[in-house]
Amino acid sequence: MSITVRVPTPLQKLTQNQGEVKVSGANIKELIEDLEKKFPGIKGRICDEKGKVRRFINIYVNEEDIRFLQMDDTPLKDGDEVSIIPAIAGGR
Amino acid sequence: MSYVKGLKCRECERVYPKEPLYVCEYCFGPLEVDYDYEKIKKKLTKKEIESRPKNLWRYRELMPIDGEPTDGLNSGFTPLIRARNLEEALGVKELYIKDDSVNHPTLSFKDRVVAVALSKAKEFGFNTVACASTGNLANSVAAQAAVANLKRYIFIPADLEMGKVVGALIYNPVLVAVEGNYDQVNRLCAEIATKYKWAFVNINIRPYYAEGSKTYGYEIAEQLGWKAPRHIIVPCAGGSLITKIWKGLKEFYKLQLIDKVDTKIYAAQATGCAPIVTAVKENSDIIKPVKPDTIAKSLAIGNPADGVYAVGTVKESGGWAEDVSDDEIVEAMKLLAQTEGIFTETAGGVTVGVTKKLIEQGRIPKDESIIISITGNGLKTQEAVAEKIGKPIKIKSNIASFEENVKE
Repeated sequence: MSITVRVPTPLQKLTQNQGEVKVSGANIKELIEDLEKKFPGIKGRICDEKGKVRRFINIYVNEEDIRFLQMDDTPLKDGDEVSIIPAIAGGR
Repeated sequence: MSYVKGLKCRECERVYPKEPLYVCEYCFGPLEVDYDYEKIKKKLTKKEIESRPKNLWRYRELMPIDGEPTDGLNSGFTPLIRARNLEEALGVKELYIKDDSVNHPTLSFKDRVVAVALSKAKEFGFNTVACASTGNLANSVAAQAAVANLKRYIFIPADLEMGKVVGALIYNPVLVAVEGNYDQVNRLCAEIATKYKWAFVNINIRPYYAEGSKTYGYEIAEQLGWKAPRHIIVPCAGGSLITKIWKGLKEFYKLQLIDKVDTKIYAAQATGCAPIVTAVKENSDIIKPVKPDTIAKSLAIGNPADGVYAVGTVKESGGWAEDVSDDEIVEAMKLLAQTEGIFTETAGGVTVGVTKKLIEQGRIPKDESIIISITGNGLKTQEAVAEKIGKPIKIKSNIASFEENVKE
């Protein structure tokens, strides 16, 4: 199982400057755990102290915001594309 | 002469240098420009401001540039109009319209933020600017980047109003119409921004760009005779403008340019896209994103970047939030046009409609000063009203035909 994760610039220092990485996981929670295994320290940046995705981070699965899906329980399958994007952009 | 110390995270207060950065590396909070107010206070007096040309750069010390301003030299300082006919229609005593539907050069408040963004982008040495836009920003970036001789890439939702498409294309940008809504355009742009070294005015230039919105608030205070309004109704999409108006008023107080800030701020959205209003009404700190469905396309942002701060502004000021239906928006556009002669876009219909509602609800008292924010021009969103304002009476070119068809 392989899922492509697009990593935002501020986190690329942790991914050896890779903008895209391959990880696995049956849902977003597991995906974040696998990211942490491969790139130690990244979970603490994506999630707050309680393990919840920080409110200034948006996560998309195949272009859909996980807040419209099942939040961090959103299931993943082989070939899915996940984007991690800072919330601060755009708008009036 | 610069009055900017650097950037600072709004959440964790980590400091960053003056660079095209927009998000805190640690907590992902937004970065905000950090000024040296002591230094500004020595320079920026009422007399000094009043001696300067009537454009947004008269508050230059409170803008995030290091050199002299280079763009938007005729932008801002739009009319603050005492709306006596609308006062009568709404049954209130003191009502004003802050009219950015006649801002220079592209008829919306976005000319303010783009003036600042392009001045800053040039300081950083960019030769390409870009933006994700619901239309007004597209028009302003296209126009002002043409003047500045910068390359320009503009990303819009594919279903945008024709007036806004034409109002961008005339300036010959690379105009990219993305299948999907603004939130999808914006997400794509955030990804493009990490790959290409462009000045995305609403992404990597955002901390600087957003500061331009403060001038809308400064001007209101100056035009009222150096005092803050009691009530101001502001349209919300991403939630930046409302936050910056509030910041601007508080800065004026800090610099002793006004005696107090007793302003209540009200967030206005369309019912078909009201995540900020919903959060205010539910007293929630979390913004639930929505899929927009409204004629007010310039406000159709379902995932507002500054949503939490917009809600915070409303609460801190003691204001409220309300939304109006598409029909109410059209009626409000007609009301403003037919009382004050101002043809605003749908977003203006939202603020006028919400003001009417809040007055009827008793949320806004009838005997205190009220400002309605008008941020865009109706000629750009003609589709919204074209079928709802009647048709011309067709006659032949003779008196008989006139008298038969028109005579009162």
